[in-house]
Amino acid sequence: MIRFENVHKSYGRHEVLKGIDAEVEKGQVVCLIGASGSGKSTLLRCVNGLEDYQAGGIFIDDRKVDAHAASIHDIRTRVAMVFQRFNLFPHMTALENVMEGPAQVLREDRKEVRARAEEHLRSVGLADKMDFYPSALSGGQQQRVAIARALAMRPEAILLDEPTSALDPEMVGEVLNVLRDLADAHMTMLIVTHEIQFAREVADRVFFLDSGRIAEQGTAEEVLARPKSERTQEFLRRVSHLL
Amino acid sequence: MAPLTERMQDYLPLLITGLWRTVAVSLLALILATALGLVWAMLRTSRNVWLERPARFIVEFLRGIPILVVLFYIYFVMPEIGIDLSAFQAGVIGLALTYSCYIGETFRGGIEAVDRGQVEAAKSIGMRHGKMMRRIILPQAVRIALPPYGNNMVMLLKDSSQVSVISVAELTMQGKMLASSTFDNMTVFTMVAALYLCLTIPLNIVMRQVELKMGKSR
Ligand SMILES: Nc1ncnc2c1ncn2[C@@H]1O[C@H](COP(=O)(O)OP(=O)(O)OP(=O)(O)O)[C@@H](O)[C@H]1O
Ligand SMILES: [Mg+2]
Repeated sequence: MIRFENVHKSYGRHEVLKGIDAEVEKGQVVCLIGASGSGKSTLLRCVNGLEDYQAGGIFIDDRKVDAHAASIHDIRTRVAMVFQRFNLFPHMTALENVMEGPAQVLREDRKEVRARAEEHLRSVGLADKMDFYPSALSGGQQQRVAIARALAMRPEAILLDEPTSALDPEMVGEVLNVLRDLADAHMTMLIVTHEIQFAREVADRVFFLDSGRIAEQGTAEEVLARPKSERTQEFLRRVSHLL
Repeated sequence: MAPLTERMQDYLPLLITGLWRTVAVSLLALILATALGLVWAMLRTSRNVWLERPARFIVEFLRGIPILVVLFYIYFVMPEIGIDLSAFQAGVIGLALTYSCYIGETFRGGIEAVDRGQVEAAKSIGMRHGKMMRRIILPQAVRIALPPYGNNMVMLLKDSSQVSVISVAELTMQGKMLASSTFDNMTVFTMVAALYLCLTIPLNIVMRQVELKMGKSR
């Protein structure tokens, strides 16, 4: 579904991605872990063309992602994104946020879009917050609206960049629960996360990124419980202190 | 001399005519300046340097010229190249050109102050540039730019007095003529000042109300 072939990306002279080869299959949940600055966000942002890359290829069902081509708009409607800092539209209510994509970009029937948006908000537990503006919602609620906004596009995959990192600890659970439901429903997801426990639970596969390279990849069990690479072992030791 | 109230009654009709002319000049100039300012802002925030650079040049250029000189230029120089304008038209155009730069910079500031994450969120649902501007960026930029825009409005209204130098018979001009024919400077100019305040104070109050209302849905 999402395939990386020898992807290289630099900011000026600084090479951030140094040849990424990997694949996310349909219906899989893949967690992307790695130290700060290892290039996790960059890799994710290349998938929907928020960043370009210089060499290699990223393919969504065999369509090459090119941030500068007109096709990128279509690709973005198929691969949704959830941000660390939510990025809800502050001048729209929760419901309007969720409706915006299908109504304005996909130009679907407004009535249908509305019904579906309400359904998505219900499914993330926000039936009573539909008419609230983002500023009146907690971080956890805002992130759930953002997930509903992504779902409303009926995407083939969702990219999530540290969806719980900006949340107060007591709100992390409610967002992870929503993601668990999505994983159970076999939504294809590529999730950058520091929640190792969560990754262990939901991930079909885990990619460990180390200074621009995938140092190790495999099932959650393989990478997180019995890591082969020394870098992975060291990283897991360090983050396990935080648990 | 006649009693004060009588004199005031004498002066009022002339001054009110001037007041209406002031309102007309300001309103027309404001509409033009806002439209043109929006154009400057869109060009200056464009990623295309061939749009951004000329716009920046024009804005910097106009901002560097005193408004009086702009007015003289339009009123006296344009006819020499075959464009005849009435004093009223020249006044509106001069004010509008000058203020389009201030208003454009105000809008640009608003657009640039919108969180980068908004652009990314809009792109991520597949929005193209134009729709993103219309639906996501500008509505937020307007909120941010509203207080300084309100200031621009009041400044423009006051600066409309400058068009008296090209003999547009607006409030300041009427006051000057009345004063020089009656020598009743104190009464006339106090009335002129009071009439300006009749415009600027309500304008300030309205702006504050709008700001409050807009602030609520953020
Ligand atoms: N816009 C940019 N310009 C220049 N360098 C950048 C830019 N964005 C990221 N970088 C650099 O690229 C590298 C990878 O950044 P990236 O944000 O992908 O890391 P990350 O793995 O997501 O880290 P974190 O866990 O802190 O979010 C870092 O060294 C960073 O400084
Ligand atoms: Mg990151």
